[in-house]
Amino acid sequence: MNNKNTKFLSPGHNGCAGCGQLSAAQAVMRGLHKNVIIANATGCLEVTTTAYPQSAWGLPWIHSLFENAAAVASGIKAALNKKGDKKTKVVVQGGDGGTFDIGFGLISGLWERGENVLYICYDTEAYSNTGIQASGATPYGASTSTSPSGTVSSGSTQRKKDMLAIALAHNLKYVAQSSAGFPDDITNKVKKALETDGPSYLQILCPCIPGWKINNNEAAMLGKLAVQTGLYPLLEYINGQLSASSINSNFQAKAVEEYLKKQGRFKHLKEADISIIQKLAAENIKKYKI
Amino acid sequence: MENKKQLLEGSQAIAAVIKNIKPAVISAYPITPQTHIVEKLAKLKADGEADYEYLRAESEFAAASIILGASATGVRSYSATSSQGLLLMTEVIFNIAGLRLPVVMTCANRAISAPINIWNDHSDVMTIRDAGWIHFFADSNQEAVDLHILAYKIAEQLRLPVMVNVDGFILTHAFEPVIIPSSKIIKKFLPNYAPKADQFLNPKKPMTFGIFATPADYFETRENLHHDLTASLTIIKKEYKDLMHLLGRKNKDSGLVEYSGPKKPETILVAMGSVIGTIRETLKNDQRTGLLKIKTYRPFPAKEVSQILLTAKNIAVIEKAISLGQAGPLFSDIQASLPNNQLNIKNYIVGLGGRDITQKMIREIVTDVKKKNGQKIKFIGKI
Repeated sequence: MNNKNTKFLSPGHNGCAGCGQLSAAQAVMRGLHKNVIIANATGCLEVTTTAYPQSAWGLPWIHSLFENAAAVASGIKAALNKKGDKKTKVVVQGGDGGTFDIGFGLISGLWERGENVLYICYDTEAYSNTGIQASGATPYGASTSTSPSGTVSSGSTQRKKDMLAIALAHNLKYVAQSSAGFPDDITNKVKKALETDGPSYLQILCPCIPGWKINNNEAAMLGKLAVQTGLYPLLEYINGQLSASSINSNFQAKAVEEYLKKQGRFKHLKEADISIIQKLAAENIKKYKI
Repeated sequence: MENKKQLLEGSQAIAAVIKNIKPAVISAYPITPQTHIVEKLAKLKADGEADYEYLRAESEFAAASIILGASATGVRSYSATSSQGLLLMTEVIFNIAGLRLPVVMTCANRAISAPINIWNDHSDVMTIRDAGWIHFFADSNQEAVDLHILAYKIAEQLRLPVMVNVDGFILTHAFEPVIIPSSKIIKKFLPNYAPKADQFLNPKKPMTFGIFATPADYFETRENLHHDLTASLTIIKKEYKDLMHLLGRKNKDSGLVEYSGPKKPETILVAMGSVIGTIRETLKNDQRTGLLKIKTYRPFPAKEVSQILLTAKNIAVIEKAISLGQAGPLFSDIQASLPNNQLNIKNYIVGLGGRDITQKMIREIVTDVKKKNGQKIKFIGKI
């Protein structure tokens, strides 16, 4: 595994120690090259890397608002087209709140226009930056500050929105899912997505230390377990066809309990809830032929 | 051909001058009464008469974000909107100014819902007057054409966004004879936009835009934006003079305000936009009443305004917007520009939601403003 930091994202940022998103972002940067412009949504990645007068970014980078990074990227791409610049690639980075919720409509607009832009969603499964409120990406049973567990609640009752299916419905030529537990997989997928002619989407599970209520040496391990249980498989669709879904040829799913019990956000779950989540993993394994 | 007048609809005239200004990227979302502008720009592109990138946006919010992204990549960009569209853009409008991007937009001014109404007033733009943009108001289609050229020059020179306000329907859908300056003439005044290597998203010089500023730094960014906006008054005056000279216009005004009427007026009426024409016509034979047109509304030319208004006794501020629960926004601006004065100054709210503003109403205002102890704020709507 290549853990080398790149000059595109310097280590001197203000992220939490052991942050899953920042290590995923480093893996993304290893897949990019110098002719890339980044449009970043508001969120942890933006706030922790650009506190004036410092910036951790070694690539041309812009943050406008929470929900408009996709449209800003369209404008960047249009300007490059007008300049006749075919070399420079455009990448959007946003969190799950910016992607699944508030920026959702603008992402659809970007994909409709068919522009050659790579959209990367760092999925921490909640609004990490504002204090772990539930988003459309929050999984069933997770306790967040707006879907708290309580005497009559077992946390989030929603199922996670299927953004990959929505991306596929826009006829994207490259749609993939990865996890901060597998940085080389992230890097490889970024490279492939960047070479795609047309819009592409990459969603990366990023364990969040305060959000998931885990220790700061557990992000990578939990990123792996999410994949190994079948809850967050490593997926790749090329031209709408599922081309990869497993880490190896004889995938043996681990029990979801092993993944859930390590996280404070799931510690309230009872047997019945855990079996619902086990079923979700089984559905994934079947659906994606893992 | 250069000075040949053409009979054009306001929207067509604006589209024609935008074509000659040669933006690289245009993005828009349809809303009445802005539609004819962006339809014409789409058609010019479809017919091979223009080679800008024209992006269909899924909302005004996206359209504004798209031209923000294009401008940040170092090219000239354009959009147009109205009413609800401008309100939907609000967050981006503020952001464009904070990012110091030289974006130019047209606002085809229209009332705000509810109740829904597609006709003209200035309620839309007044919601974003504090966003850090320069605002011009046109009173004719020719002025709208000329102000767009000025807008790009000012925007790109000062890295400040500029909005040209054009009364919906009254100007956008009215046919008037106009001269459209050619791209060759425009280029003499407005050179190609060429930002420095570190002023745009440039892989050869990677810079970070849209930073996070704590209380240690945020304060000064707003203070600087305010100072740069107010300082732009001098530049606007100079550039306006140069542009009028180049285009051979007979205008003698400063580009900020325009006074017409007696040297020692008893009363001055103050207004913005197309209602100027109605007022001018009404006052044709009035030797005691003057007219002050506000052409640059933000930054507010307080000094120029007060110098002129202090020559009169009575001031009637006539406007198509109201800060609900307070007064007309222009009225408040003017009051703030006139400290310790003995003027009798009153506010007349007219034309909301496209209500006709007749000469009779203007005459009523001229009479009413002279009354002692009259109402400070009055709605004049009875036709």
